[in-house]
Amino acid sequence: MEFFLLTFFLIQFIRKRLETATKLPEWEKLLIGARYVSIGLVAAFYIFDESKLVTWLWYPFVGYIMWIIFTKDVFKPVRSLAQGAFPFIAIALFTDFAELIVPHKLYSQYSDYLVTAKVFAFIWLFAVWYNSQKQQRILDKEREEQRIKDEVNQAKKEALEYLVTERTIELTRQKEELQKTLDELKSTQVQLIQSEKMASLGELTAGIAHEIQNPLNFVNNFSEVSVELCQELEEEIQKTSLPEADKEYIAGIISDLSQNQQKITHHGKRADSIVKGMLQHSRTSSGHKEPTDINALADEYMRLAYHGLRAKDKEFNAALVTDFDPTIGKVDVLPQDLGRVFLNLFTNAFYAVAEKKRLNRDNPVITDYKPEVKVITKMFANKLYIRVIDNGTGMPESVKAKIFQPFFTTKPTGQGTGLGLSMSYDIITKSHDGLLDVTSIPGESTEFKITIPISTKEI
Amino acid sequence: MKILVVDDEMDVQALFEQKFRREIRNGEFQFSFAFSGEEAINYLEGHASEIVMILSDINMPGMSGIELLKKIRKDNPLAPPVVMMITAYGDTDNYSQAMEFGADDFLTKPVNFTELKQKLQERYEG
Repeated sequence: MEFFLLTFFLIQFIRKRLETATKLPEWEKLLIGARYVSIGLVAAFYIFDESKLVTWLWYPFVGYIMWIIFTKDVFKPVRSLAQGAFPFIAIALFTDFAELIVPHKLYSQYSDYLVTAKVFAFIWLFAVWYNSQKQQRILDKEREEQRIKDEVNQAKKEALEYLVTERTIELTRQKEELQKTLDELKSTQVQLIQSEKMASLGELTAGIAHEIQNPLNFVNNFSEVSVELCQELEEEIQKTSLPEADKEYIAGIISDLSQNQQKITHHGKRADSIVKGMLQHSRTSSGHKEPTDINALADEYMRLAYHGLRAKDKEFNAALVTDFDPTIGKVDVLPQDLGRVFLNLFTNAFYAVAEKKRLNRDNPVITDYKPEVKVITKMFANKLYIRVIDNGTGMPESVKAKIFQPFFTTKPTGQGTGLGLSMSYDIITKSHDGLLDVTSIPGESTEFKITIPISTKEI
Repeated sequence: MKILVVDDEMDVQALFEQKFRREIRNGEFQFSFAFSGEEAINYLEGHASEIVMILSDINMPGMSGIELLKKIRKDNPLAPPVVMMITAYGDTDNYSQAMEFGADDFLTKPVNFTELKQKLQERYEG
């Protein structure tokens, strides 16, 4: 009977403590089975008239349960409790053995003590159980408190994290805004420097051009008037009574003089048109978009850049290849600014091929290297594409990444300001809402591509 | 018709005399030359009534053509001479200033002598 109570409550206790019904379903089945076994054993005990044999059956059963509890790790939490059952089991075992071995008389004499010990062991067991139960409850309560605390902390943490994230986003946004403003300021500064330079250069050019124009006017005017004088002289000669031979001779000289004067006039006019061109180029950017012949502009600046380099290096030569789309017609652009872009791109292209030629001469890698600079224009889907391609030195990715940065240059000190491409970039992207891309194969070629959108009303 | 040419470039005299050789010989035009604004004022003081037309450069050291124009218009309100301004700077500023102060015409350098001759003859005949 005592064993039934022991096992029944122990099993119940284990099921409750370990929550086997939900957490350990396979053990739950076995525990339920064990419960039926204990019910079966208690029933058998009474059915077989409190048979001693049945009592002995309890030992392997309880032993088995204990063995399971002390060998399987899942039962660790209930081991201390199970230990509480040891005194009882020991006394029960001792009693039953004594009853079996010790003469009946002697056993009866001490049986009261044994029963008392059994009772005490049983009480002890329940005291242990009760205590454990109480401790467990306290533990549960503490755990619950801890859980609530944790939950509160977790909520606080989350709120803080949210705040931090929000702040971070805000700061990142501000940083990006500042970065953008800084970049804009930088490029504006660069543009200011450049426009200041261009302005002073423009003033200088204009001044020089004007100074040259005045004397040039005299050259032209006097040569013109001299032609007229020669005509008059010829007429006057005819009136004189000089011999015909002399007259012819004089007429010949006069004719030569007149031709010389005409030559002076002709070349003077040529110089005049150059001066006029200088005045036009130095004119400050009007800021107004004008219908411009892109092909002519590209061609003009290509030649200008080519001759600019030729002036410095007489040996230099390159093939100038043009592939113009004749359907472009006139496009609204800032001709002055776009001209600067062309000048920069072509100057760089010629520089790249000249550099490659120089390197190739010092250390021949390519036999028969032919420098070539190519410009291609194309109008397509309301977009104007201009490509400037050279088969020069090309550039590595590290250089390519920086070429549009102000003051970045690969040229030797004093030969490049590092402002050309950054200025060009600004002109294309800001003034024309276009794109300026670059692709390059180191050692082989470089290609700059300008894309300018054209407002449809123009077409 | 007496014409006063005002320009700081001395060679202007030779140029005009040669360009208008026929007209000068015919007696159509009579040229006088002054090489600064101040000189022109001095000359006008003595020959105010003779001079019919003044051709003046604008950019000159000392008194500029515009100042000269202002003075002429101030000093001779009656029987005002015809004043043509000539300048190398054909910008709108110079033009509007010249017109504002009462210039009759405005020419840019290099002077187109065919055009100038035509204009002078119109004035001469008219």
